[in-house]
Amino acid sequence: MVCAALLAPRRSVRSSDDVTKLIQTLLDGFAVGGLYALIALGYTMVYGILKFINFAHSDVFVLGAWISWVVTVRLLRLDALPADATPWWAAPVVILTAMVVCGLTGFIIERFAYRPLRNAPRLNVLITAIGVSLLLQNTGQLRVFFGPYPKAVPVLLPNQTVGSVAGVNLPAVDAIVIGVTILLMLALEALIFRTKLGRAMRAVSFNTQTAALMGIHVDRVISFTFVLGSALAAAAGFLFVMKYPAGLKQPADAAWVMLGLKAFVAAVVGGIGNVRGAMLGGILIGLLEFFGVAYLEPLYRDVYVFSLLILVLLFRPAGLLGRAVAEKV
Amino acid sequence: MALLEIRGLHVHYGAIHALQGIDLAVEKGQIVTLIGANGAGKSTTLRTISGLLRPSAGTLTFDGQSLTGKGPHQIVRLGVAHAPEGRGLFANFTVEENLEIGAYARKDHAGIARDREWALTLFPRLRERLRQSAATLSGGEQQMLAIARALLARPRLLLLDEPSLGLAPQVVQTIFQIVREINAAGTTILLVEQNARMALQTAHYGYVLEVGRIAQHAPAAVLAESDEVRRAYLGVG
Repeated sequence: MVCAALLAPRRSVRSSDDVTKLIQTLLDGFAVGGLYALIALGYTMVYGILKFINFAHSDVFVLGAWISWVVTVRLLRLDALPADATPWWAAPVVILTAMVVCGLTGFIIERFAYRPLRNAPRLNVLITAIGVSLLLQNTGQLRVFFGPYPKAVPVLLPNQTVGSVAGVNLPAVDAIVIGVTILLMLALEALIFRTKLGRAMRAVSFNTQTAALMGIHVDRVISFTFVLGSALAAAAGFLFVMKYPAGLKQPADAAWVMLGLKAFVAAVVGGIGNVRGAMLGGILIGLLEFFGVAYLEPLYRDVYVFSLLILVLLFRPAGLLGRAVAEKV
Repeated sequence: MALLEIRGLHVHYGAIHALQGIDLAVEKGQIVTLIGANGAGKSTTLRTISGLLRPSAGTLTFDGQSLTGKGPHQIVRLGVAHAPEGRGLFANFTVEENLEIGAYARKDHAGIARDREWALTLFPRLRERLRQSAATLSGGEQQMLAIARALLARPRLLLLDEPSLGLAPQVVQTIFQIVREINAAGTTILLVEQNARMALQTAHYGYVLEVGRIAQHAPAAVLAESDEVRRAYLGVG
């Protein structure tokens, strides 16, 4: 379509609309897909190590979104300022606070809900995860926390555009959301594949007992994995409310469940337990969803995502980057 | 006092009483072997020493320190390395990474480099394959890597679980020769084997384990001559 627009100057008005739509769809797909990926990483890292689906993970993402609101509105009172008077440090402070609070929450969830069940049947842990999820959703609705109503979040990111592609302006919000997501993914890659701690995580994920024999403190690695996954989900929560400032639904709203579910689908599509798979799965699902909405039928936005899941499960049940059989030596 | 002393050790797997009061001592500088049939509790003994299993009763003392209540990550740091049954390599790692993670508990970089050199001198085949994935190694090479990786922890006591498992006789000969060299260099070894003939030829002292109890123990040469051992484990008589 880009080519068509460039080669057909006589239809320039309509073509430029086409290009704008295409570029905005790409931006939305990559931005939201990146957020799916950030959440999917938490699902996949925990599954890689403990072989169970932490169903409370998407609620940690919701917590991240709401903490962003609490810090912005309740603590920093930035909603009282005119939009262009937002200090430059506001966004970094809010995202870091959300990451720290959620990281701590992830630590507590693992320590007190999952660790006592380390040797229990996996079904018990799964049911506990659902319990933790309900607990977070319903506690979040209490008035002492976030309350039962949706809220609007002041936008902390610059409202301008950053450059343009083929005559189409790029909104700064999209650029920042995508940029921060890429930065976090690169940092995670470096951590997992280039540090001693990352190697310990991979070892524990491959074989917990042998990892312990190497001198790795397995419980500590598991704690760290929860903190890391929760912090990434918190970052996704912050970026989500920056992209959709009116989207801060109350903590138990079904819309959150759908977002968390899509992130989970991203982890499965990429190959559950595989970090790069989660990144790929998230982006794929984001693009598929937004292209489907923009060019096919908007009402089917969830259908596209779950159709991809069904196709992957039929033809590549281990996921796009997953291994069909666990390697054992 | 022996380097490792086990007294009255009981271990349960759920309802199964796997070890029923074991006494065992490993003298410093020796190779001690634990032989016995499948399911006798040999691997269970090693897994309890390295902290993977918790004893229900009894004491384990390593170099005068109690191992009771210590986790595997602490026991490695005391100087006990365990090359587990089935080798337990990280197949998603290269050979080099497997060696490096063997030294995970250490911080003395010069010492690690020295031990890596030593391990690669003992197992020159590994040096040629440092960048390969551990999954691409042959069975013998995998066993070599498992032992080399355990050496990178600089153990004072090396626990070897069935190093001959699934290997061709020639490879078994090579590996046992290297086990003797490791011992000659000063590392005490507790060797679990089903291949009783090789084990008794290699070890100084031997224990025979039968369904969770020590049936007999003696210097390896004496055990190799015992009628019961010859009948049950050496296929003689």
